Amino acid sequence: MAVIFPKSSDLILKVLGAVIGLGAVGGVAAFAYLSYPTVIDTGYQPVQPVAYSHKLHAGELGINCFYCHSTVYRGAFAAIPGTEVCMGCHSQVRAASPRLEKVRNSYATGEPIHWLKIHDLPDYVFFNHRAHIGAGVSCVTCHGRIDQMVEVRQEKPLNMAWCIDCHRNPAPNIRPAELVTQLDWVPDRDPAEIGREIIAQKKINPPTNCSGCHR
Amino acid sequence: MTSLVQIKFAPKTGPKYWRSLDQAANAPEFRQWVEREFPSTAADMLDGNSRRTILKLMAASFGMAGLVACSRPELRFAPQARLQEDYIPGSPYNYTTSVVINGQATGLVVKTYDGRPVKVEGNPDHPNSLGAATAMMQASVLDIYDPDRSKFVLNGKQDSTWEAFATAVRGLNLADGSGLRILSETVASPTLDGLRTQLLAKYPAARWVEYDPVSRENSRAGSILAFGQALYVHPQFDKAKVILSLDFDFLGLDSPSPLATKQFSKRRLVATEEDIDNISRLYVVESQFSLTGANAEHRLRSRGSEVKQFAQDLLAAVNAPPAAGSDRRSQFLAAVAKDLKAGGAEALVVVGPRQPAVVHALAHQINQLLGANGKTVTFTSAARVDRVDAGVEGLRTLAAAMNGSQVSTLIVLGGNPVYSAPVDLDFGAALAKVAASIHLGQAVNETAAASKWHLPEAHFMEAWGDTRTTSGVASIQQPMIDPLYGGKSTIEVVAELLDLPEKRGYQIVKNFWAAQLPAVGRENAWRKSLNDGVVPVSMMAVVTPVLNAASVSAAVAAAPVAASNGIEVAFVPSGSAWDGTFSNNAWMQETPDSMTKLVWGNAVLVSPAMARQQSLANGDMVSLSQGKYKVDAAVMIQPGQADGAVTLSLGYGRTRSGNVGDAVGFNANLIRTSENFFYAPGFAVAKTGATHIHATTQEHGTMQEPELLGIVGKIRPVFRETTIEEYKKEPAVIKEMVEVPVLESIHPAVVDYSTGYQWGMAIDLGSCTGCNACVVACQAENNTPVVGKDQVLRGREMHWLRIDRYYVGDEEDPRAVEQPIPCMQCENAPCEYVCPVAATTHSPEGLNDMAYNRCVGTRYCANNCPYKVRHFNFLNYHKNQPDILAMVQNPEVTVRMRGIMEKCTYCVQRIQNAKITAKADGRQSDGTPREIKDGDVVTACQQTCPADAIAFGNINDPTSRVSKLKKQERNYGLLEELQTKPRTTYLGRLRNVNPELEKS
Repeated sequence: MAVIFPKSSDLILKVLGAVIGLGAVGGVAAFAYLSYPTVIDTGYQPVQPVAYSHKLHAGELGINCFYCHSTVYRGAFAAIPGTEVCMGCHSQVRAASPRLEKVRNSYATGEPIHWLKIHDLPDYVFFNHRAHIGAGVSCVTCHGRIDQMVEVRQEKPLNMAWCIDCHRNPAPNIRPAELVTQLDWVPDRDPAEIGREIIAQKKINPPTNCSGCHR
Repeated sequence: MTSLVQIKFAPKTGPKYWRSLDQAANAPEFRQWVEREFPSTAADMLDGNSRRTILKLMAASFGMAGLVACSRPELRFAPQARLQEDYIPGSPYNYTTSVVINGQATGLVVKTYDGRPVKVEGNPDHPNSLGAATAMMQASVLDIYDPDRSKFVLNGKQDSTWEAFATAVRGLNLADGSGLRILSETVASPTLDGLRTQLLAKYPAARWVEYDPVSRENSRAGSILAFGQALYVHPQFDKAKVILSLDFDFLGLDSPSPLATKQFSKRRLVATEEDIDNISRLYVVESQFSLTGANAEHRLRSRGSEVKQFAQDLLAAVNAPPAAGSDRRSQFLAAVAKDLKAGGAEALVVVGPRQPAVVHALAHQINQLLGANGKTVTFTSAARVDRVDAGVEGLRTLAAAMNGSQVSTLIVLGGNPVYSAPVDLDFGAALAKVAASIHLGQAVNETAAASKWHLPEAHFMEAWGDTRTTSGVASIQQPMIDPLYGGKSTIEVVAELLDLPEKRGYQIVKNFWAAQLPAVGRENAWRKSLNDGVVPVSMMAVVTPVLNAASVSAAVAAAPVAASNGIEVAFVPSGSAWDGTFSNNAWMQETPDSMTKLVWGNAVLVSPAMARQQSLANGDMVSLSQGKYKVDAAVMIQPGQADGAVTLSLGYGRTRSGNVGDAVGFNANLIRTSENFFYAPGFAVAKTGATHIHATTQEHGTMQEPELLGIVGKIRPVFRETTIEEYKKEPAVIKEMVEVPVLESIHPAVVDYSTGYQWGMAIDLGSCTGCNACVVACQAENNTPVVGKDQVLRGREMHWLRIDRYYVGDEEDPRAVEQPIPCMQCENAPCEYVCPVAATTHSPEGLNDMAYNRCVGTRYCANNCPYKVRHFNFLNYHKNQPDILAMVQNPEVTVRMRGIMEKCTYCVQRIQNAKITAKADGRQSDGTPREIKDGDVVTACQQTCPADAIAFGNINDPTSRVSKLKKQERNYGLLEELQTKPRTTYLGRLRNVNPELEKS
């Protein structure tokens, strides 16, 4: 019987099999890696419709976070400020700046500015700013040094493992409630020690069961 | 399907509780519902989508998923350019308002998120609500977003505008109004009443007709007969010890407001031992088995036309005790008469709206004899201004005038008379003879299609208005959202007709009330009225009328003798569609009827004896005919139905309702005449040979009975009740009803639940009436999807809270009981042990948590749940519906997708929000969190319950209502012998039976 496939086809077959196999495994691995929150979400930094610099306003000018995000200590959501808040200052300060054209237009027409959402949790997660601010979790814990960002980017992964780490051991991230917006706060002693004292005083007991966040 | 089988009860110790005739006969179709979580067909996909197609689609979408995953979707905020004072995005805001259903006003509090009304609650300050809301009120919020709502002004079916309509109205030559007629539903708005007076003054020859398909005119006519003046009758069920209801379903279909249930349940709640002696006793005489009949101690089946004779005999029996008879009717009559007399001023006889005026008059006379008038029943004036015709009489006069071409302009303000008018009036044909017909309505319905002009009507949550209860308490109807589809309110349209200088609804209503409120502090009083939901101006005084016995006797003598030939057909409103108003409301369509458990349709209810006689089976199509009137409808065998009488509910068989309500059920209006408006005698029932499939949930969720497991002669009652007498003798009787052995738990008690908040629920079966308000409240609160008739037939309805109805006794004349079943939140939860992915786990506070995002859909948990309270999303029910319906969803609760298991969570979103609020409150003062007080967390079912039957709270707090109730001897856990340790427990029902009618 004639040889249809030369001996070398054995090798080709093996190499081909290995390539396909490795390719499949690699593909799955790459997909898993790329879709992991720390990879896909961390570092997200879209260009906003108005070039608003947190570094300038919150950092250099020292405007408190609460001034614009005024609902964080009252509601679940940290409201993005309305145009009126911007115009509170900018009707006086740099009132004619061309960079504020969209803001002035919005104020004149009543049409909202469509800011891009950066920190986003899945729809089945119910995060409440009021509960966290009240407990003494600083903005910086989840949002990073916003006061140093010209264009805001997502610093933390905001995935469940990351959330639950803090819920299990909140002490290092708890500070006196009046200091939550002081992003550059440097504690004079071990922050976990301060946190433990506050936890004992305020009876802070973060939930680690499912319905704490999923409803 | 059921064929009628004689029941053979196995010998056993206790009474038999059964759900359906199939169960009573232990038919194989029924066994399937017991033994499987879903019947064997449940794994099938929808018709038309074979498995192969689905796989192909899945493969394609997986491919796509890989591509889209590479980029992150852009999400955008749109913060208000101009700020709204004190507004927090995503936080709930409550507004008071009020709604009118069937002429009855009820105050509501509506919860809105970001401007969207999403949840209705009762207003505790409103006298007709007292904090409760009915199923229909709960569902009314869905109507705002109904994609089938009318969106445009139509002129001869062509799109037009409000401006064009205004011009056309100016062009109408109305002169003195002799050709002008206005047809509305019962007017319960003081502002509209005022505008009507203006309109009738401007057009001195015009007439205004008020017509409701479920009319209350008989009650009014009865008061004229008895007292010589038109009165609203207000029974005080909470003040009555002995109640006789003559065909009055006051706990169900005949009460559009929750007030009657609220009052009645006050005498049924047993908070302490002393309350046991306050439990009232209810007797019911009725044709169809109603919810009131189910809650009665004793019930007499009677054709509707025979109730008058009963009332006459009762009057005689109260005057002089009758000779003892041997049949059930005379025994019942004698016992009731004796009991009523003993009750005296604490007795009460009430009559339903379907009974003729003379029966109402007789009841007034009996109440007078008992000394009850003014005590257990009060009156207010129901006087009406001239040139207002009402009821079916008014409609008949109107139709005659239209046919006689005396009407040149007819303005229909709401309602749907072309569908709902009696068939003999042929309202559609009469309408065609009117030169200018104008219809205002929320849908382009049957009447809109027959009118020249159609105007879109604003929903009551979209427009300013006001309401007044029949007891004289006024409320402002406050909108929460701008009209979604450019609708206008009745008030605004009448202002347009009058060409008033002020045509804005808000200003008209405010100006009206400015004239009523005292000048000092007027603005504050107005704001307070909006805040409280009640206007502090009394509009009616209680009347003490004088009875004219001679007039009643004359009326009784003059009343025609009821025809007894043929079958009698009764027309009752539907618990789901009402008179057709809620036909297009999917929540209502999928709410199982309280008694039949029928969804998505109605049926000709026949008694088992009649079914046997005429060899009718469930689903057989019959034609009901009398003379030239005929309708084909499907039969359902209803235990407890009076023999020789059938019932067909209104509100079905619509042709222009919309995508939800079209061609659902059978149209009772085709055989309803103005002569025989509620009870029509002389019908022939003939089988057509065709069959129809009813979707009923009565067998769904049946729990395994020991008998079906082969343990014969032992009972394990799911529903437990006893008589007061028995209970007083031996309070443990309810706990000791279980005869099967208690299992030993294989799970060591490792979890300590003795500290912190431990949530629990107690449901008082004594006060629960089975009204369905909780079922719809739960659906609204928890974004529970509607699945449709086809899916319900497969056992896939999604209600987290269902109400099981059981019959007790023989199939002809059983009693019935109702039992709400939410998740039991077992401490030893069988569902948790079998979940392979830990998607359902226990919280330290005793909740059986569900993490939807973890669920992979194995359905093991549902299979292992002995209570069958878990529901699986077999299809993408939410995604398959129009986008606008997403607006009604509660943003506090995850919207579940296909392949996810779900169940009652004890409204965990409300618990979490209460905890966050309590913590934040405390931290504002001294830094430590405030404890949650009893009443801070109220579940949706508990909040709306008109019977206050549901208590929820922290069982570790000995002062909470729930822990006090759980300490009662009546407290028992469902199937607790399985060692599941349910957190939801039940309080056995105590029946105040009359020993003369039932031996305990």
